[in-house]
Amino acid sequence: MKVMNKRALGLSAFLVGGAVVLAGCAGGGGGESSGGADNGGDSGAAENTLTVWVDADRERALQDVATAFEEEKGIAVDLVVKEYEDIQQDFITQVPSGEGPDITIGGHDWTGAFVQDGVVAPVELGDKAAEFEEVAIAAVTYDGNTYGLPYAIENIALVRNADLVPEAPTNFDDMIAKGTAAGTQYPFVVGLNPQNSDPYHLYPFQTSFGNSVFAQNADGSYDAANLTIGDEAGQQFATWLGQQGAAGVFNLNLDGDLAKEAFNAGQAPFFLTGPWNIADAVDAGVNVAVDPIPSAGGQTARPFAGVQTFFLSSQSENALAANEFLVNYIATPEVQTALFEAGGRAPALTESFEAAQADPIVAGFASVGAEAVPMPSIPQMGAVWDDWGTTEVAIIQGSDPVSSWTTMAENIQGKIG
Amino acid sequence: MTIPTLDTDDRASDRRADPATEKRRRRAAAFADAASAGWKVWLFKIVALGIVDAMAIYAILVLVVQEQWVIAVAIAVGVVVLNAIYLIPGLLPAKYLAPGLVFLFIFQIFVVLYTVYIAFTNYGSGHNSDKEDAITSLLQQSQTRVEDSATYPVQIATRDGEFFLVVEDPETGDLSVGGNEMPLESISSPEAAGYDVLDFSQILANQAEIGALTVPLDDDLNDGYLRTTDGSNAYLFQSSLEWDPVADTMTDTETGVVYRDIGTGAFTADDGTEILPGWQVWVGGENFVRAVTEESIRGPFIAVLVWTFVFAFLSVATTFVLGLFLAVVFNDPKMKSRKYYRVILILPYAFPAFLSALIWAGMFNQDFGFINQVLLGGASIPWLLDPILAKVAILIVNLWLGFPYMFLVCTGALQSIPDDIQEAGRVDGAGVWQVFRHIKFPLLLVSVAPLLISSFAFNFNNFNIVYMLTNGGPRFADASINVGATDILISMVYKVAFVGANRDYGLASAFSIIIFILVAVISYVSFRQTKVLEELN
Repeated sequence: MKVMNKRALGLSAFLVGGAVVLAGCAGGGGGESSGGADNGGDSGAAENTLTVWVDADRERALQDVATAFEEEKGIAVDLVVKEYEDIQQDFITQVPSGEGPDITIGGHDWTGAFVQDGVVAPVELGDKAAEFEEVAIAAVTYDGNTYGLPYAIENIALVRNADLVPEAPTNFDDMIAKGTAAGTQYPFVVGLNPQNSDPYHLYPFQTSFGNSVFAQNADGSYDAANLTIGDEAGQQFATWLGQQGAAGVFNLNLDGDLAKEAFNAGQAPFFLTGPWNIADAVDAGVNVAVDPIPSAGGQTARPFAGVQTFFLSSQSENALAANEFLVNYIATPEVQTALFEAGGRAPALTESFEAAQADPIVAGFASVGAEAVPMPSIPQMGAVWDDWGTTEVAIIQGSDPVSSWTTMAENIQGKIG
Repeated sequence: MTIPTLDTDDRASDRRADPATEKRRRRAAAFADAASAGWKVWLFKIVALGIVDAMAIYAILVLVVQEQWVIAVAIAVGVVVLNAIYLIPGLLPAKYLAPGLVFLFIFQIFVVLYTVYIAFTNYGSGHNSDKEDAITSLLQQSQTRVEDSATYPVQIATRDGEFFLVVEDPETGDLSVGGNEMPLESISSPEAAGYDVLDFSQILANQAEIGALTVPLDDDLNDGYLRTTDGSNAYLFQSSLEWDPVADTMTDTETGVVYRDIGTGAFTADDGTEILPGWQVWVGGENFVRAVTEESIRGPFIAVLVWTFVFAFLSVATTFVLGLFLAVVFNDPKMKSRKYYRVILILPYAFPAFLSALIWAGMFNQDFGFINQVLLGGASIPWLLDPILAKVAILIVNLWLGFPYMFLVCTGALQSIPDDIQEAGRVDGAGVWQVFRHIKFPLLLVSVAPLLISSFAFNFNNFNIVYMLTNGGPRFADASINVGATDILISMVYKVAFVGANRDYGLASAFSIIIFILVAVISYVSFRQTKVLEELN
């Protein structure tokens, strides 16, 4: 019935002056014409139906949870499948129009934009917070509140072809030496691109010098007023990056796809990447091992952690039901494990996280993830990425590291005010 | 619905004395004619209108529930007009035009008007909705749980239509009850004190009121208040912002700073600091002013504007020259198996431009690309990294994607030029070049010139190729917005509006209007010029 409802809504929107589209627009919903049929907006018609935006992978795992929840609590859960790439923008534009969902999945790094646009409500985890991995809670914490319920942690690690190099490297230079000794075409590959390198993938080397983009507060959230990227440690990293660029270790033209191809073809023993490239490597017959990221500057190399999160809409008319669903259902080991099995990313709930360690590849990524720092979710981060990437490109190509790096820090500071 | 059937033979009767009766009879007869001749048409008309009306009423109901009055009225008026057009006899042009006009209005005029409206607002990151939503969000966000406070198991109870929290002390298990502005007081059991405890379904039915319950812990408000987010547990919160609905101010309870609505779309303190989220307000021409005066936007904007013209002009020129050359060559009857060559030449045009651009991007890769590796024998030319070369690369790819179109239109135009004119030229002793220069080319331009103008307009906004090939890079290091050397206006607008954390729909809409004006003026002037060519025939 609900489906019919949405169809009718879509049709009427289409035929009779795009009513729903216009309504969305009139409510300040933005110019994105959502044909109606694909945006599970609850137009006040369905009492006690939770609308949840998910992507196709997550839908299968959540289907059973939704059924169980409905049986026990009498609240229907309407899972609306959307393209992951569209969710952030659609959520921001549709929540104010009253057409948005009650809950959506997303990446924790969207939090800042969501809070700034006033489309998410805090989720009070209460004592449950202690049952999650620390990095997951830190990731969804913003301005002293937890926004959303984390369900998966994702980070990069050093992936090694165990047939070419039998043991893990101790540090960066050791890795290059081992890789060179393996006699393959490349000692080490990482996906970069000539426009803006890839600050995300290079970040663990940066943190191994003790540098970070912003200073972290006590609760793990980032302090936008304290940009630390240009400090002494950052300049040391820049110098090191310049040296490696001159030595030809980082090839800007070797993009993610080419790096993956090289590793899968056995042309490189080491590949710095995330869990998303493992399946293909295994299919290509690579004997995959996952190691900690080797340190370049002497300290622990901490990559960014991306935390997959369920966000709660600030305009939800079912806030109590939604909280019930999130805190008392999604935050249970069974559900977190089911989501892990659907998506292959380490669960955020400690109990499920530990259970998932049975798989050595997950365990490898997770042990790196335990050292990871949450990707900053503050809106100011948007001003950082561009300059950061282009500066790393310039340094790898041979411009003066320290002056480029400090200029970059000044530019970023100028933009975030 | 019954259709009255009249005996149409009645028309032959001789009661013609009363003109009024006669008029009525003629009307009735016309109605009857329409009804009897085309009852299927009538039936279809009624069913179709019925469906449209039903949907309109449904849409209006939905809109009224959402309190979108303007749109609801617009739809109501539109539907009444539609019904009138199709039910009143006559109005034939309107009957044909109406469907098209409806779609024109929805998909063109409305979009244009809405873009214009957005260009005069501050819609974008941090100004995403209306003031009411912003206040709700601010208050939601300002409530933080008191650190290390306990979790209080609660039940929801009701008395005299009001809702109350029945709170169990987490340590002693003693019960107490409290409501809005009614601090906790001890009770032995809720029933004894005259409260009815709600079950989960009743809680769900009253989510809004229960979610909004704030129960002071005791008489001192600074100790915080209890709120429940799931109906079974309550937590102790403190609020860092206080909204005064009368004075319309937000007060920071910790620092005492007062934030006021000064018309800029966000609560602002006296020293100018804003708290976000704000809301959408009308800002007049500010976005246009920013586009042309703000140094960090103006610099790149002018560079992008110049490149957009250069790109559009060179794209048209190069594709036209190559397409025309090939068309002339393959139009020569002496050429064997022309058909097959023509098919091959169309291929780049048949292949999706999106994919072509992506493949070209790979081929231009400095170290691994086909062009450097194979064609240039392992050269290391930074095709997409150098501002000048990236522009050249874009033009090359656009030439590849665009020449088949020009080839097609030129072939068509050439074949429509009568042979006898060319014969006449040759008889008069003109060479091949002169025949082309003085006869073929001017006649060809008559039909092709408008297409060149539309091709210019298309390339002016050729978003796909820029986005897929270089994504606008290499980036300008000194610009405050994310733009690069190969960005054209439309890709810059896209980045301003939809890329990164700071989206600015207002500025992007202002740029869109500027683009519209530019394209419109150029097209108008060009079409005026091409009128001269038509004198040739």
